[in-house]
Amino acid sequence: MDTENPIEVKQRTRTEITLKQLRKNRTAMVGLGMLIVIFILCIGAPIFAPHAPDDVDLDRGLKPGFWSKDGIAGYPLGTDNLGRDILSRLLYGGRVTLSVGFVALAFALVAGTLLGLTAGYKGGIIDSALMRIADILFAYPALLLALVVAGTLGRGIDKAMLAIGIVYTPQMARIIRSAVLSIKEMEYIEAEHSLGASDWRIVFKHVLPNSLAPLIVYSTLMLATAILDAAALGFLGVGAQPPSPEWGLSLSIARKYLVTGAWWAATFPGIAILISVISLNMLGDGLRDALDPRLKGGTKI
Amino acid sequence: MKEYILKRLGLLVIVLIGVSIITFSLVRLAPGDPAVHLAGEHASPQVLENIREKYHLNDPIYVQYFYWLRMALQGDLGRSIESRDLVINEIMERLPMTLELTLFAIVIASIIGILAGVISAVKQYSIADYGVMIGALFGVSMPVFWLGLMLIYIFSLQLGLTPVAGRLTTGIVLERITGMYVLDSILTLNWPAFVDSLKHLILPGFALATIPMATVARMTRSSMLEVLRQDFIRTERAKGLSERSVIYKHAVKNALIPIVTVIGMELGMLMGGAVLTETIFTLPGLGKYIADAILAYDYPVVQGFTLFFATLFVVVNLITDIIYVYIDPRIKYEG
Repeated sequence: MDTENPIEVKQRTRTEITLKQLRKNRTAMVGLGMLIVIFILCIGAPIFAPHAPDDVDLDRGLKPGFWSKDGIAGYPLGTDNLGRDILSRLLYGGRVTLSVGFVALAFALVAGTLLGLTAGYKGGIIDSALMRIADILFAYPALLLALVVAGTLGRGIDKAMLAIGIVYTPQMARIIRSAVLSIKEMEYIEAEHSLGASDWRIVFKHVLPNSLAPLIVYSTLMLATAILDAAALGFLGVGAQPPSPEWGLSLSIARKYLVTGAWWAATFPGIAILISVISLNMLGDGLRDALDPRLKGGTKI
Repeated sequence: MKEYILKRLGLLVIVLIGVSIITFSLVRLAPGDPAVHLAGEHASPQVLENIREKYHLNDPIYVQYFYWLRMALQGDLGRSIESRDLVINEIMERLPMTLELTLFAIVIASIIGILAGVISAVKQYSIADYGVMIGALFGVSMPVFWLGLMLIYIFSLQLGLTPVAGRLTTGIVLERITGMYVLDSILTLNWPAFVDSLKHLILPGFALATIPMATVARMTRSSMLEVLRQDFIRTERAKGLSERSVIYKHAVKNALIPIVTVIGMELGMLMGGAVLTETIFTLPGLGKYIADAILAYDYPVVQGFTLFFATLFVVVNLITDIIYVYIDPRIKYEG
């Protein structure tokens, strides 16, 4: 405590103000809380999972869980067609589905930021060329493009990551570009110029930090759809391959057994996807309201 | 206005050329020898050589591109490796089914979405508002393929209310006019076929409508809230117009303008959803066609479909933009 200066006015940085606003936003906090729980459970899968995700035993195939007296002890959410524990597969599967979403987003974030900064800051022919390429990539619905790219590259989660990353890059580039355009014309940037600052210095010292708000908001919301797309690719058979516990793939396999009445094998992976995506959307909406009030309302990427 | 449309059409041509280059290279970058894809694994070197000659595979890549583009412009998108049929014929055969599904979905999504959004905005912070917003949050976060499976499980398998898959129960006869079964049955006044095809359409239609419905509801709400705060609404109220007339005659009309673009954008996006929906409900549409082709490495289909679809998508987007400019005179006609 500073006793010498009792009436000191507390100076708050922008980050502090934002964090304070964010903490007041109940939706965002609930979303964040749910996300943290999901991450801990998935990262700690080896600790929390009661069984190995690939512990096959056909004798206990498609057994129901805690809600039925036909269930087996130790398998609270029942078993899948190969007798594997659904709860354990959910925890391990989250690692796959969520990391496909994360890596794809990271790819789009890096590539999109570089392209968007270049387009917005340089302007001119480079800008027009990059934006026309973005227009061309926008000529496909995201999931369809991801499907075609993943299908062309081959099967597997690495291909799915790359495919979704490529699809999201132009969206990210557009967001960064428009943020750059609005900052570029400001007087203090002009002042930096006249002081002889290099382009890169201006971009990384001023333009990028000031574009962070929309970047964080849209990254969160995009991660939500990236996870949906990751699961969709797994479901369609071009993403994760068996015996991966990936959520979309698990759903697609379990789908055949719905007719036999074994609803649990298809239900729980879907709920896991839904909860993860809802948490991200809650956090994203809350961040948007706290970080960038101008974006408030139904903004669409 | 005319200038704006011309400018957009010019841009459209550039985008389409880009799309064709990307589509062409995408498939050519795929691993494997295209001649082997066409002739099969066990073809003799002589057969492979003949195929390379026939399809100009020995020419430089840009020459191949022009051959391919020339054929595509004449409507020849090649033949499917699986069925040996012309890709363009297969697309045309499946287009009505997908069109019917997506139009059905977008109609449900627009009606329910706009209604929910308006109620939500008019009764802001009421229970109804929270209900709509929570519903919309679930809607935008919904894995469509999972929702489809749950709907089948509940309504088809458990309750027996709707069929599990397909478009029409075998035994019901329907004359094919447009290929959209619900429309065809209305045109031919075929009541049993109408009921049956609608029953087949309702679950996939609803599953597909979920995401756009939620998006439209959110957009309508925020757009309505904005309009309700504006001066002219205050003037209307001050003039003594009834609240009902203020809201439904004046506010909704203005709030709907941005919604048109959203609906147009969602219409294109629905195609991505149709891949999933048609796969789940085993519907013989374009979505299932492309998903199957990708899994079977049927490259001519992938290539032809991608080109065809991107063209359709770009044109739909252009039409939406033009309608948007037309109904909202405040928009400046700039690219």
